[in-house]
Amino acid sequence: MFSIDLLRDAVVLGVLLGCFYAAVSIGLSISFGLLDVPHVAHPAFLVLASYGVYLLNDSYDIDPLLAGLLLTPLFFLLGLVTYRLYHETFEKRGSDAAVRGIAFFFGVAFIIEVLIILQFGVDQRSVTASYIGKAWRFGDLRIPIRQLVAFAVAIGLTVLLAAYLSKTFMGRAIRAVAQDEEGLRLMGANPVRIKQVAFGIATAVLGIAGALLIIVAPVEPTLDRVYIGRTFCVVVMAGLGSISGTLIASIILGVAESIVLTMFGASWAPAISFALLLGVLAVRPQGLLGR
Amino acid sequence: MQRSSIVFWTGALLFLAVVFAMTQLLRNEYPFFAGYVILQFVVLSVAWTILGGYAGYVNFGTNAFFGVGVYTAVLLVQAYKAPLGVQIAAAAVVGSLLGLGVGLLTLRMRGIFFSIATIALAIVIETTVTNWRFVGGAAGIQLQRPPVTAPFDSYVKMLFFVQALLVVLAVAITRFIQNSRIGRGLHALRDDELAAECTGVPTLRLKLLACVISGALISAGGAPAAMYVQYANPDSAFNLNYSVSVLAMSLIGGTSHWIGPILGAVLLGTTQQFLTVTISSEINVLVLGVMLVVFVVAAPKGIIGLFGKSFRSGGRA
Repeated sequence: MFSIDLLRDAVVLGVLLGCFYAAVSIGLSISFGLLDVPHVAHPAFLVLASYGVYLLNDSYDIDPLLAGLLLTPLFFLLGLVTYRLYHETFEKRGSDAAVRGIAFFFGVAFIIEVLIILQFGVDQRSVTASYIGKAWRFGDLRIPIRQLVAFAVAIGLTVLLAAYLSKTFMGRAIRAVAQDEEGLRLMGANPVRIKQVAFGIATAVLGIAGALLIIVAPVEPTLDRVYIGRTFCVVVMAGLGSISGTLIASIILGVAESIVLTMFGASWAPAISFALLLGVLAVRPQGLLGR
Repeated sequence: MQRSSIVFWTGALLFLAVVFAMTQLLRNEYPFFAGYVILQFVVLSVAWTILGGYAGYVNFGTNAFFGVGVYTAVLLVQAYKAPLGVQIAAAAVVGSLLGLGVGLLTLRMRGIFFSIATIALAIVIETTVTNWRFVGGAAGIQLQRPPVTAPFDSYVKMLFFVQALLVVLAVAITRFIQNSRIGRGLHALRDDELAAECTGVPTLRLKLLACVISGALISAGGAPAAMYVQYANPDSAFNLNYSVSVLAMSLIGGTSHWIGPILGAVLLGTTQQFLTVTISSEINVLVLGVMLVVFVVAAPKGIIGLFGKSFRSGGRA
């Protein structure tokens, strides 16, 4: 039944969910939004990070968030290597780099999926921590603490990254390379190195995001397929590369999904992000806050 | 008729004759079971190449067209007990309409945006089918095969022959496109859409045409799958594996000539059948991923690119 109370609850939970989506999309906002790398394997890396967190939590009883933090240097390296490979094989060779790049990243995503299946099987995996499974009550609204944790970390992550991109020297260099690569080259800087670092950061963030993913709900190897829609929806809707746009777009997506979930049921939920994405692509391809 | 055409049609008839002879002579059903899948992938890859190769619009929504083909067949069987031929024809019509829709929706998109839009479309359609009770919903639906018609003694053999007919149809259409003004126009818009438009190539009409034909053929190729497995559910009919398999087959073979996707589909399809039987379906997907990555990195023009000039685009064959 539809009621104002129900709608209010859906909106509140949707905002929390949306901020979590911002955390998992923000890396793509850098790699695809700023660097134009068609990184379809982004969600696969995300799920890979979740399994890394699961492994650390399961065998050494490390807190999932700490585990995610421990993974970031590894993922930074993974990002450096991935970008170098992409650059050497596609960007350097010119014209149809984007098209073959998507095929390449799809292949990578499939390889990661299968490796996870071979190692962990197809069952769902989850982590244990003191804050998982409890909830806060505000009147008749029940908010799981795991959602609040994800919300807080996501906000922190977004603010930090936005500050990094606008205040630090390297951050500004990254935005500069997105705007005018040739100009940067003329200034004597090396755009490829800057992009490589940026891609490394975009991938490193996935360590934390992967922790949030497995904190919010159990993960399975093929979970990345749904997140292709969610992450690309957010980044395109945000206007490529806009960090504040990413947060706004994520919240819109979260609220939309949450409302549809309450009113029509879970079976319609996967289509929301993709339908929004289609709509945005068809009507306003430059996004809400397009560059 | 040109000499190359005579060679082509002789080859096509010979192929059909061999396939027909196989259905009459071989008793064991397994080769037809495995062969059907390979022929199906030949149809899908060749059809995909019209849009993805000639026009350079990489369609990741192969599963959307495939699934729509499957479910058109399911719907017709459920509602009217329609025969196989009607199922395939109807799937082609629905597929062409979907292709038109995709073309119109994505007019302003290029490169990765087009690809992402096609993935999105596939999921939206899949979700709609999942929520459609009449065709089984999420749980899927069992289908009863009608009695097989002579001269075939089993339904799988008949499906094998029908799929072989679709292969010839798809290849003939694709070959015609490649050698005609349409193919040259698509080639021009692939290289530089703006320049093509400026020199008078009707890029919009050609793009829509490519979407329509490619979509119709993929859906037609998918339609018999409903009867092949006698079961359909949204998860498998709209599986992303179809998109990636077809993409891999086309890219591995090479997309500038119709022979490329055939080579890729036969090579990869056979490997997949072999691996699924001997090891496991996970290894199968792993090999798919690895081959895709290796070929895209090491042989961007595919197998036909390795064999030099004779198969370069634009050359007649």
